Amino acid sequence: MSAIENDGGRGSARAVAILSSIGRFLVIAVTTYLGLLAVTFFIGRVIPIDPVLAVLGDRAPANVVERTRREMGLDLPLIEQFYIYLKHALSGDFGTSVLTTNPVMTDIRRALPATTELATLGTLIGSVIGVPLGVLAAVKRGSLIDQIVRIIGLIGYSVPIFWLGLLGLVLFYAKLQWVAFPARLDVVYEYTFTPVTGFYLLDAAMQGQWDVFWDAFRHIILPASLLGYFSLAYISRMTRSFMLNELTQEYVVAARAKGLSERRIIWAHALRNAAVPMVTVIALSYAGLLEGSVLTETVFSWPGIGLYITNSLQNADMNAVLGGTIVIGSVFIAINLLSDLLYRVLDPRTKSQ
Amino acid sequence: MSVEAVQSRREWLLSERPASRTQARLGRAYVTWRRFTANRLAFVGLLIIIALLLVAALAGVLAPYSPTIGDLKNARLLAPSAEHWFGTDDLGRDIYSRILYGSRWTLYVVILVAIIAAPIGLLVGTVAGYAGGWTDAILMRITDIFLAFPKLILALAFVAALGPGIENAVLAIAITSWPPYARIARAETLTVRNSDYIKAVQLMGASPFRIVLRHIMPLCISSLIVRVTLDMAGIILTAAGLGFLGLGAQPPLPEWGTMIASGRRFVLDQWWVAGAPGFAILIVSLGFNLLGDGLRDALDPRSGDQ
Amino acid sequence: MSTLLDVEDLRVTFPTRTGLIEAVRGVSFSLGRERLGIVGESGSGKSQTGRAIMGLTPPQARISADKLSFDGIDLLAASPRERRALRGKRIAMILQDPKYSLDPVMSIGRQIVETLRTHEKVSKAEARERALAMLEAVQIRDPRRVFDLHPHEVSGGMGQRAMIAMMLIAGPEMMIADEPTSALDVTVQLDVLGILDRLVAERGMGLIFISHDLRLVSSFCDRVIVMYAGKVVEQLKASELSQAQHPYTRGLLNCMPRIGFERHPLPVLDRKPEWAA
Repeated sequence: MSAIENDGGRGSARAVAILSSIGRFLVIAVTTYLGLLAVTFFIGRVIPIDPVLAVLGDRAPANVVERTRREMGLDLPLIEQFYIYLKHALSGDFGTSVLTTNPVMTDIRRALPATTELATLGTLIGSVIGVPLGVLAAVKRGSLIDQIVRIIGLIGYSVPIFWLGLLGLVLFYAKLQWVAFPARLDVVYEYTFTPVTGFYLLDAAMQGQWDVFWDAFRHIILPASLLGYFSLAYISRMTRSFMLNELTQEYVVAARAKGLSERRIIWAHALRNAAVPMVTVIALSYAGLLEGSVLTETVFSWPGIGLYITNSLQNADMNAVLGGTIVIGSVFIAINLLSDLLYRVLDPRTKSQ
Repeated sequence: MSVEAVQSRREWLLSERPASRTQARLGRAYVTWRRFTANRLAFVGLLIIIALLLVAALAGVLAPYSPTIGDLKNARLLAPSAEHWFGTDDLGRDIYSRILYGSRWTLYVVILVAIIAAPIGLLVGTVAGYAGGWTDAILMRITDIFLAFPKLILALAFVAALGPGIENAVLAIAITSWPPYARIARAETLTVRNSDYIKAVQLMGASPFRIVLRHIMPLCISSLIVRVTLDMAGIILTAAGLGFLGLGAQPPLPEWGTMIASGRRFVLDQWWVAGAPGFAILIVSLGFNLLGDGLRDALDPRSGDQ
Repeated sequence: MSTLLDVEDLRVTFPTRTGLIEAVRGVSFSLGRERLGIVGESGSGKSQTGRAIMGLTPPQARISADKLSFDGIDLLAASPRERRALRGKRIAMILQDPKYSLDPVMSIGRQIVETLRTHEKVSKAEARERALAMLEAVQIRDPRRVFDLHPHEVSGGMGQRAMIAMMLIAGPEMMIADEPTSALDVTVQLDVLGILDRLVAERGMGLIFISHDLRLVSSFCDRVIVMYAGKVVEQLKASELSQAQHPYTRGLLNCMPRIGFERHPLPVLDRKPEWAA
């Protein structure tokens, strides 16, 4: 009985443990974010020979160049420049985009929902198909289904996503005409439809505009399936490996000794245990899809952050590139940290330690 | 050689009581090799990589046409045929020849990234692991920070600042891919740091520099090789992605990602222009993935299912 | 005494890359409503014997026997479904370490209820009541609280009691206990054994007690089987252990420390290949 007695002392010890783990978490979050800003500062201000030209392009008039030079604080020492850069970045000020003449943050705010919608749908597709496939492969290890899952995974790890996207367009858009052309909506709807959240599928459904919903679906389904395939490759492989590990545990033998059906042992016990690390995998795959959006959005003319970054790259619009990098980097870091937290919440073993 | 001779050589290799160090080492290599070849897919991977090396070396002999000069007048955007196996591109160049030459650029990128990133990771990891304390804490924090970044996006930003080009793409990929190597090297270092033979070397008065360089680094090499092989496919895909976005190799270099980018404009009508180089990327990355998987399984039987 | 379990010439073989490995090589015994101990070193095949009776041998292994019957049911001829219906309901098994053998992410109460509801159609409320009663029967003082705890939140001794509760709740007639106390602190070993002993006696169950600890087995069981290299080398009443004939059993007995005797040099177990032949 000793393990559950004496709660008073353990209670305060637990509070200290929780505080210190929160403290550790904050240190990691802050240093990682500072690291991201330091690297982007280095990229934007230190590597280019003349950062002003990198921001404005080489056709800017001399007086604008001079003014920008002062605005960017390039006459100041580097450390002071970094301080100003930090201050601006933390308040969401990434400067103005040369290409769109908007503040970079405004552009990003407009593009972020498109990217999020795509990545979310992709992860959804990847998890819903990938987890059961991985479980099946583990349970029927060495069977045909295991081989198929393995090959699906290997190809997913090896194929260039933009190339598969192009081939997908050739087949499903040009030849079969199952999906709509690369864009978010047909031109007709671009002007009649007013999004609220920026997630078109959600907005259209909420407003009851089912023709818009269907059109948005025809546009998103190919790029989302493509991203879904990549997330599936990763998720099914990891699920298989976690499940194989769980299925060798003693509690599985005990569950069999209790007379449980294999189905119950697999789905209610082994998968429930594997679910704890799976959360991290799915979160990482989501973060990976955000990153993969750069290439996918370019192929599918999807007006998200990825396309924004590549368009800006081609116009040497450094403010926009760095702003986009910082935003995607921040989301990436946040997802990483959140998945870590979620792991702790989901696993009862870590709760009381 | 007679059957018995083969049999006895096998027994000599597999002997449980090797008479010499060489015999033990050869025996272990033999077992590893057997485990590796027992995995048929890994063997296919090895064959693909050997084929890649051969093609890269012999591209000049194998390619029927020039990779950079095409027949603009008569041979634009031809469909695959006996004359042009994979068709021709918009400048009338033979795609098959360009893909053969492109293998050189793939190897160029992969090898350069590996010889830049792996030593950085090895150095950071072994120093952090051996020094411990604050050095370790700071180096590992930096490593973790880099690990938490989106690699492709960061590589993009680097190339954007450095300017497009295959050398800069290599540099950007190398800068973003060393952290996992540092983690591995550190983990290996920690396992040997307190072992008796390292203590013995310390007692003999070897400098920390010498211990890390001569006694710790060599131990980290084999797990590092596996990891680098597994990463090769990712490096190829990132390089191709940069090429596709116009940031990697510049035309007219026959780099596969760049070839896909230039084929993109007519992909709906002449799909083979973008199709063939993508397929080449797929095959080569698949080869590296299969090889890496097989190497890992052969060197570490425990992780066979990971 | 009616026979619950009849084992004749049981063999368990594992195919490996280097050939066949025979873990159990012709074991025969029978069990009534009594306590039978199986003793042996690790690798002697005692655990595989238990698992073969349960039907929990890994799928790649081959099992053969002239006879393997439980209460007149031929276990080798039974379908997987029939064997599953027996497990937990009529034959149960306790594993070594509750830290690993209880599902770490499911509450103890739910794991006990799960056994019951697999084998009997009972309402959730009734299942809960019976699980609480079972926890009380294994002498857990605060069953309501323990019901909602997760395995990592209880001590090893309590975990093993929960394991016993989980395995006994459907009222099996036979129990295989595979090293049930080896992972526990010495101080709680006897508690757990006492509980197990009382429940087995009260319910008139047959018990197979698998252990490497000859003294424990001899004080706890009615009969003892000594296994070596997959074979039974000796079978005798626990009370007659001191008259053991086989040199291996005698060797095991000699290894026991006794208070007040100098043990220099420490005796080493003698192993002769012909015993395994």
